[in-house]
Amino acid sequence: MSGLEIDNISMRFELPGGDAVQALENVSLQLKQGELMSVLGPSGCGKTTLLNILAGFLAPTDGVVRLNGHNVTGPHPERGMVFQKGALFEWMNVRSNVAFGPAMKGMPKKETDEIVDHLLNTVGLGDFKEKAVYELSGGMQQRVALARCLANEPDVILMDEPLGALDALTREKMQGLVLKLWKETGKTIVLITHSVEEALLLGERLVVMAPRPGRIHKEYNLPFAKEGVDADLREVKKHPEFNDRREEILTMIWDMEEEIMGHQEESK
Amino acid sequence: MTILIIYILIFFVAMIIYSQIKRFTTSTKDFTSLKTVTFGDESAVTANRTASIISVLSIFFLWGAFTGSSLTPIHAPGPYVGDTSFTYTAENADKQTDTATVHIRVHKLNDTVEKPEIPASGNDGFAKDDVMKVAAWRTSNPTKVQNNDDGGKVDGYRVTMIDGQAISPNGFVDVSDGQVRMTRKGSLVFEPGKGWQMEPIWLPAPEDVWGRLIEIADVGYQNVTLSENLGWSLYRVILGFILGSLVGIPLGYAMGLSSWFRGWFDPIVEFMRPVPPLALIPLVIIWFGIWETGKISLLFLAALWIMTIAARAGVSGVNISKVHAAYSLGASKTQLLTKIIVPNSLPEIFTGARVAMGVCWGTVVAAELVAAEKGAGKMIIAASKFQNTDIVIMGIILIGVIGYSIDILMRMAENWLVPWKGKS
Ligand SMILES: Nc1ncnc2c1ncn2[C@@H]1O[C@H](COP(=O)(O)OP(=O)(O)O)[C@@H](O)[C@H]1O
Ligand SMILES: [Mg+2]
Repeated sequence: MSGLEIDNISMRFELPGGDAVQALENVSLQLKQGELMSVLGPSGCGKTTLLNILAGFLAPTDGVVRLNGHNVTGPHPERGMVFQKGALFEWMNVRSNVAFGPAMKGMPKKETDEIVDHLLNTVGLGDFKEKAVYELSGGMQQRVALARCLANEPDVILMDEPLGALDALTREKMQGLVLKLWKETGKTIVLITHSVEEALLLGERLVVMAPRPGRIHKEYNLPFAKEGVDADLREVKKHPEFNDRREEILTMIWDMEEEIMGHQEESK
Repeated sequence: MTILIIYILIFFVAMIIYSQIKRFTTSTKDFTSLKTVTFGDESAVTANRTASIISVLSIFFLWGAFTGSSLTPIHAPGPYVGDTSFTYTAENADKQTDTATVHIRVHKLNDTVEKPEIPASGNDGFAKDDVMKVAAWRTSNPTKVQNNDDGGKVDGYRVTMIDGQAISPNGFVDVSDGQVRMTRKGSLVFEPGKGWQMEPIWLPAPEDVWGRLIEIADVGYQNVTLSENLGWSLYRVILGFILGSLVGIPLGYAMGLSSWFRGWFDPIVEFMRPVPPLALIPLVIIWFGIWETGKISLLFLAALWIMTIAARAGVSGVNISKVHAAYSLGASKTQLLTKIIVPNSLPEIFTGARVAMGVCWGTVVAAELVAAEKGAGKMIIAASKFQNTDIVIMGIILIGVIGYSIDILMRMAENWLVPWKGKS
């Protein structure tokens, strides 16, 4: 079977002192090849844990993750990662960062250079190939991170709040770029975000998670990402349905957060 | 004390004059002058280069002024040098009094001079004139001025006054160019005025130190040239540092990457870290002997812990996102180590290397003070035994200059090799 299959996974962290946190409980999801799914939820509901399990950095206490039919047992170039920040290699210039994956595979230099040039042009950094990454702005650094991930031709791209550290204007531009890359490459993408608007814009499917224990609260199928691929994102946001969905999800998350606060009051 | 007060005065006077000049010459278009909040704004506080220059100049000025240097136009009053005299009044056994003069020649410390002549008029009366010579800053030999007087050796003959002021055994009288003391047995001692300047044995003039530098750079001190002395110290530092790094860096990496290594060496490293290398000198001497092996071992130990801790911190400080990213991009463990862990730790290692070089340089000088045949520390301790203060001061200045140069070189290397330091 082709696609990403999350089969009833649970994750329990044993804390020193005998306590335990149920970070995820019975989470199941199926993603078809080429689907774009955003994950939303109050902080502490297990989004990062889920992504780390998909990437293979963590083994779930229960359940399995399968990609194209085989079990995920550890990190692998078939599953690329884009982090919020701090994951670029400062001792390499932009080009070498993007060429890192191919270099690890031992790809010949000429072939690598072609891929890197093409990707950097695609993300709009054609003029910055030889720059040091610490000389770039936050938005440009995330473009490098996207290009670096794509250079490896992964089947799935996992993004943990990739635009979370950017200012609002840069963020909007980058949202367009993510959609463009999705359309051009046809990759399966799982994108975690804190922003309801971003989740609506960048999710063909949207999963809202709830905390204690971390689980899937609600799932949506949305039209906005497909529209956004060819249209101005601001036009998409004017959609009445977009507004309704946003209000609905915001209320949902606020309710969850209120409940969390309530728990904390009680346990005091 | 006087010097300290003068120094503080120079500080404030220079500051006031500078700010007055600045007020007249600065246009309001200067960006920093547009800031209304500068006190407490750390970015507005940069080292004022004018202040630095005046600071260095004023130290040299004070140094020159209080050592009678020819390089400074103004001097603190120096010791009295030249011919002077005082009179004494003697009373003979018959209670008659007569006055005679003591002629004194005060000469510079290392000059040899003749005693002054007694003028013809000096032989009037029964008290006869006397002569003395004395070096600046010193006291004259005790002189029985009555010995050449008529009847001076008769009981009851005594000196009663100096320059008209009464004096008795163990007493003293201030005269125009110094002080006259009478010993218990009635001899007179003259001490010329010392002034405020320092005796060269305490603090030689800057040009004397410079002259010594030239001389020792040329012919050496105690058959060892200056470059040989400094070269040996540097050689020990560099060898000790390299050996310490060769062991310390891999050890630090191992401690950062393996729980067993970390658990095993943590107690040792944490225990050795606060022990100052100088405290190890006695043990190192017992174990490795006083000569080359001992010194290199000491410097090795001084560098070892610093480099171990720096490498460990470099590994532990790696952002987990970088490690995850590298694994997701297909890196193997070896590739992760060489392509991520090692380069990521370089800034920390450079910081450690700078500290280690500084500590090693300080330690080598101290170790050479204890025992060495050649080296910067050996040179100054040998010079201090012969009271060659100029060499001691020259050595200290050179040690400071070299230590500072090492730090600057390390910083340049750092900017060149790890330009991303502090920028991630
Ligand atoms: N390594 C860990 N050890 C213990 N608890 C953890 C660990 N990682 C995450 N958790 C806990 O699991 C829960 C979910 O964390 P996380 O996945 O980071 O949430 P989110 O990304 O949604 O904010 C939190 O309560 C967190 O404290
Ligand atoms: Mg998170």
